[in-house]
Amino acid sequence: MTATATAAPVSAPRAAALRRFARAYAGSPSGLAGLGILVAFTVLALAAPLFIHPSDLNVINATGPSLAPPSAHYPLGTDQPGRSVLLLLIWGTRPSLAIGVIATGLTMILGSTIGLFAGHYGGAASRLLMALTDWFLALPSLPLAIALAAVLGQGSTSITIAIAVTSWPGTARLIRAQTLAVEARPFIERAKALGAGHRQIMLRQVLPNVAPLILVSSTLTVASAILSEATLTFLGLGNPTDVSWGSMINQAMGQGAITSGAWWYLIPPGVAILIVVLGFTLVGRATENILNPRMTRK
Amino acid sequence: MTSDAPAAGAAGVGSVPGTQVPGTGARPARASARPAAGPARGDFLSYLARKVGTALISFAVLLVVGFVIFHLIPSNPVAALTRGRPISAAQQAFLRKELGLNQSLAQQFWHYVTDTLQGRLGYSWQFQQPVSALIGQRLWPTILLMGTSTIISIVLGIWLGIRSGWRPGSTLDRVSSGSSLALWSVPTFWLGIILLVLFSVGFGPIPPLFPAGGMSTPGSPGGFNLPHILDVARHLVLPCLTLVLVVFAQYVTIMRSSVIDELGSPYLLTARAKGLRDDLVRRRHVVPNAMLPSVTVIFLQLGGLVGGAITVETVYSWPGLGYLTYQALQIPDLPLLQGTFIIFSASVIVMNLLADLLYRYLDPRVRRQ
Repeated sequence: MTATATAAPVSAPRAAALRRFARAYAGSPSGLAGLGILVAFTVLALAAPLFIHPSDLNVINATGPSLAPPSAHYPLGTDQPGRSVLLLLIWGTRPSLAIGVIATGLTMILGSTIGLFAGHYGGAASRLLMALTDWFLALPSLPLAIALAAVLGQGSTSITIAIAVTSWPGTARLIRAQTLAVEARPFIERAKALGAGHRQIMLRQVLPNVAPLILVSSTLTVASAILSEATLTFLGLGNPTDVSWGSMINQAMGQGAITSGAWWYLIPPGVAILIVVLGFTLVGRATENILNPRMTRK
Repeated sequence: MTSDAPAAGAAGVGSVPGTQVPGTGARPARASARPAAGPARGDFLSYLARKVGTALISFAVLLVVGFVIFHLIPSNPVAALTRGRPISAAQQAFLRKELGLNQSLAQQFWHYVTDTLQGRLGYSWQFQQPVSALIGQRLWPTILLMGTSTIISIVLGIWLGIRSGWRPGSTLDRVSSGSSLALWSVPTFWLGIILLVLFSVGFGPIPPLFPAGGMSTPGSPGGFNLPHILDVARHLVLPCLTLVLVVFAQYVTIMRSSVIDELGSPYLLTARAKGLRDDLVRRRHVVPNAMLPSVTVIFLQLGGLVGGAITVETVYSWPGLGYLTYQALQIPDLPLLQGTFIIFSASVIVMNLLADLLYRYLDPRVRRQ
């Protein structure tokens, strides 16, 4: 929402539309709840370095007891080397959100560009592009993401690339369909008559009209990107020294938290993923509802 | 509209020269963009040929993508294979020759394609066995797990979807919509771990009910007899339950929205005006129509199940292809990873082909002219 507000110099009708949007959004309790969740987690992620020192997360410096249940000093207990699970959990917000958002950004750039080109130009090249899109859409994304991340080497960068490469096709299809719909409208013809070129039409006329859709699609994409990030780090594709929710669950499994019933180590990262994914989904659905009531009225 | 998308997409691929079939008109992309219009002559063979052609092209693209990932991106497979162990230059040269790295790219590609088509998927670094043999051993456990959980999810999802779509806004509908949203947000592997702790390790008052992993009790003699089947069934419960919980909610959503789509139709009014009971209207009139789009979407989503198989098999050490992928990742054992990648993707291509054929069978409008 802030993205659209700052992206363009706000003209009078657009400002009015934004106000209408904000009013409609305020009327959606689940949308507000989702927004609240996202704000809370973002603040937590940004503020984490203020009260967590890297040495708190260091396996060697850990001072606490091994796999101890929650106590006054360790509200969520400790892991096997003796680190506080609460601190790990808070620190884990950072890579999970960052990778989710960056991967979504890449997905949107890739998907929107391909969708916009395919929708605007048409012809054989665009048919080929869409055929490729359908191919990616039909194939299972996790094996592809695993293969890519494994070949590129452990780490956040390869996970981000793997997520973006596997999640752009949905966006491309959506944007192409919307581009076709927008280009059929009379004002595009007017622009053409006034001598607007391909660039002008795509960037100045079509893009602002598909932007709301990109926004909706991106909130929903962040949700699935966070889930993919957790899955890939759980499978051991992340950087082994990084602390993220997926790697916490991976380590909990490796450190015998399951057999010793260390629920305080297993439950929090999963619940955190659940809440954040739910938050993005709720925001996405609420926005979708306002921008395109027919889509979710069902 | 959702159900049209795959058909339109398939037509885009199908219009590549070579797969064009006489009788479908000059522009097949238009013809099948709307399934209602269908192939011009209801000719099953031409339909089959086009769909099979599409699947073959998808497979060709898969081979190219597999080559790019596993042969172009890795900069130094010899280093990956020996993982920092000191080896002599002669050994290095030998390995390079073994792996075919001193051939030109075109030669490598040719060998890769011919080998893959003949089922030679290379040699696993980790197990010291041919990849195809490993896949052959691990295929059946995955089919058992996926098959059982898919059937249960589809039956449960469709049943609940009909119930909640019939009365949107009812308590049942709100509960099922809410829980499907929550279940969608849960990471599959985490749900598996929680179920494992609850029902296998035992937690609080819950005794350990099910085994923690594997497919049968270690040391069991195996074979096709009742005790062994029961043993496997007991091992199957938790992984299957995890997959069902994650997957069935999507089917509820799909079926629910297609039932709601039918609710406003005039034929419902006619059926009611004839004096049919509510129950009969639903069973005889709404469900068959709502079933059509759902079945296609459900089949097309089978690809997504593969991801669940990988994580759930990992959590429960279920000796299938997903667990094999996880084991390959730990090294990483590139030939094995390539093998599982190709087998997973190829099976999804086959599934999508079956979905297309099934759709034609189910929808009389596509079957007829």
